[in-house]
Amino acid sequence: MNRLLLFIPLIIFALMGVVFWVGLGIEDKTSLPSPLIGKPFPEFELGVVEDGRTLTTADLKGQPALVNVWATWCPTCKAEHSFLNKLAGQGIRIVGINYKDDVMKARDWLKAYGNPYAYNLSDPEGKLGLELGVYGAPETFLVDSEGIIRAKHIGDLNPKVWDSLKLEFGAMQ
Amino acid sequence: MLDTAMLHLPEIGQFALIMAFIMAVLQVIVPLVGVNRGQLWLMGYARPLAVGQSLFLVISLVLLATSFVMDDFSVAYVAANSNSLLPTPYKISAVWGAHEGSLLLWVTMLGLWSVAVALLSRSLPLDMVARVLSIMGMVSVGFILFTLETSNPFARHLPSPPQEGGDLNPLLQDFGLIVHPPTLYMGYVGLSVAFAFALAALMSGRLDAAWARWSRPWTTAAWIFLTVGIALGSWWAYYELGWGGWWFWDPVENASLMPWLVATALLHSLAVTEKRGLFKSWTVLLAIFAFSLSLLGTFLVRSGVLTSVHAFASDPERGVFILALLGICVGGSLLLYAMKAPTVASVGRYEVVSRETALLVNNLLLVVMALAVLTGTLYPLVYDFMGLGKLSVGAAWFNTMFVPLTIALAVLMGFGAMSRWKSDSVSRLASQLWLAGLLAVVFAIVVALVVSEVVSASVVVGLGISFWLVFATFADIWKKARGRVSKIPSLGVSYLGMVIAHLGVAVSIIGVTMVANFSIEKSVRMAPGQVETLGDYQFEFTEAGTIDGPNYTSQATRFNLYKEGKLIEVLTAEKRRYHARGSIMTEAAIDVTLFRDVYLSMGESLEDGSWGMRLQVKPFMRWVWLGAIFMSVGGLMAVLDKRYRRRRKKESLA
Repeated sequence: MNRLLLFIPLIIFALMGVVFWVGLGIEDKTSLPSPLIGKPFPEFELGVVEDGRTLTTADLKGQPALVNVWATWCPTCKAEHSFLNKLAGQGIRIVGINYKDDVMKARDWLKAYGNPYAYNLSDPEGKLGLELGVYGAPETFLVDSEGIIRAKHIGDLNPKVWDSLKLEFGAMQ
Repeated sequence: MLDTAMLHLPEIGQFALIMAFIMAVLQVIVPLVGVNRGQLWLMGYARPLAVGQSLFLVISLVLLATSFVMDDFSVAYVAANSNSLLPTPYKISAVWGAHEGSLLLWVTMLGLWSVAVALLSRSLPLDMVARVLSIMGMVSVGFILFTLETSNPFARHLPSPPQEGGDLNPLLQDFGLIVHPPTLYMGYVGLSVAFAFALAALMSGRLDAAWARWSRPWTTAAWIFLTVGIALGSWWAYYELGWGGWWFWDPVENASLMPWLVATALLHSLAVTEKRGLFKSWTVLLAIFAFSLSLLGTFLVRSGVLTSVHAFASDPERGVFILALLGICVGGSLLLYAMKAPTVASVGRYEVVSRETALLVNNLLLVVMALAVLTGTLYPLVYDFMGLGKLSVGAAWFNTMFVPLTIALAVLMGFGAMSRWKSDSVSRLASQLWLAGLLAVVFAIVVALVVSEVVSASVVVGLGISFWLVFATFADIWKKARGRVSKIPSLGVSYLGMVIAHLGVAVSIIGVTMVANFSIEKSVRMAPGQVETLGDYQFEFTEAGTIDGPNYTSQATRFNLYKEGKLIEVLTAEKRRYHARGSIMTEAAIDVTLFRDVYLSMGESLEDGSWGMRLQVKPFMRWVWLGAIFMSVGGLMAVLDKRYRRRRKKESLA
């Protein structure tokens, strides 16, 4: 048997390694294609956490927004909150969906940690969340001024994630 | 919560993990230096260091479990995966509910396997023990470092810990998920022993029958855990996911199937190497592949490279670390293989018709199966890599690949188990087995005619190969026992183990064939009081209500199940809503007998109090897993064979 033949497994493995290496680098796997991308934001008519007035899908349009799904029971939401405050400070419009949560708790939370949101839709039953295909908080949607969903991110927003989402958000302006 | 913070248990746990890391580093270096210098006292450190390393790992794991049981939400991992309302058994299983803890469990099991090798290796020369434990130490060093650097389960949320935890993923709040991951991990990690033996043999240049004999029981032991682990996973998916499927060709399932297939090939190839001294290079390569695939299974899935429902943790940084570890581990061992594997063809001769050939073909078929699964699993990734977008390879593709290969393998098994080493003849095999073949065909057609009016080819083939396997196996026993039942026990434990494992394959194939071809189901809208009929069964919707669980509330529906007018069971299906995450889980109600499962699950709630219900009758469902139990019992018998312990006994007599 030729010694060189014994190197074949090693070579195949090296090729596979390259594929994996590139696979890791392609993109953040948490931004999976959502069937909702390119579709209009689902219809809703919900109360606002801060003052109780009712808003509908029409109120979302007019200006691009980050729609952030969060809840007081979610530790990761707490972790991303200070970054949301920073984004709001840069003048980015963030709309909150308070998902399967208690309005009183949500108000306390916003008082304690600051309120980066233009307003928060209260979704105690998770109906809007269901239509958005939310399977855990936090999740963030990029919605353009026509009310069309442009991108979705699962998990917390942080400077690194924002670097990739920023371009898309900038393009919507 | 305050008192645990005062006790600093998580810090002690992390410290123990660091101690384990140091022990592992010593376990790598000291024995190898001993081997190189030929100093026995240095080699002698291998065993105590392995025991010490594993002791610290166990301490670390127990302390993490303690943090869970005591609801110490200042530990970030506990806060993310537990909740004060979670029942205690689930608090403990939540330890391996996500990435960090499963990794700790993985390295702890590696430590325990090393201890097992250290304690049960008295018949081995000390330099082999030193090499084997040193190699296992290398794997351990890599993965403890990975845990400490990227996935520390003991990291705290300070200074303001959350008051309540985010709860364990409800999918995992189940008995199946208490036992399935540890069993599967035992299998994955156990293959490291075969891997370490193969590398040790390469390093020493002693690839011989003795090496194969040492590796066999370890490989079989790991294979048993894998078999049971995969069966448990399938059983869990069946009753917990609520749609009655038992195999989804999901990347995580595939990841466990690939090492199983290669480990099965390895078991058979080791038999040839032990008995006939052949296929040495191939056996070593299989040992490397089996462990590499289990690393791939455990870690690539977790890194998020392959996205699937199971991949909870998606973090590219971890992915890079894992890839580097895999690269060093697999690349290094393949390099060693390329440089040290024997190039001289083995001395033993065998003819075309012989047991060697049968086992070689068995190996090829199993490896092709593993490659098919690997291709199907990685294809979406390659597709993405070429910039063509994201896609999934469907179950249909896997079935097209798998079914013909399984048929070929089952046909071969009948001949292979009966064939002789070195040389056999077609006429001898034919004279022994023609009756088994004929009976298999006749029985398959008769049974297919009895169970349904329409005879489909897939039923006849599925039953035919199973019956063939059973009859050929019995023909072999009959021949070996010379027609006397009293002689059967004296045929040897490991031979009978093989027989039982092979019968297990037949049992599983019967189960798969029946379930795939004769399952019936319907989805209906039902209101309380309504009766629906499916096959021989009547489902009477008696009441709907709610049930309060410890950390969930469920909407429940109760049914009376009748067969031909006789009440046989009361079934309660649930839809649970878990408080902490608000997620909904379907709990199917299943009535089980050996010959059929009646499966009832709730769909959507409709107006006027009625429900969309899914009713299913699945014949021979249990046989799919029963076969796996047969296979593991067979494996256990092979491990317990006396010949692996013979030498030790001789020593203790002396």
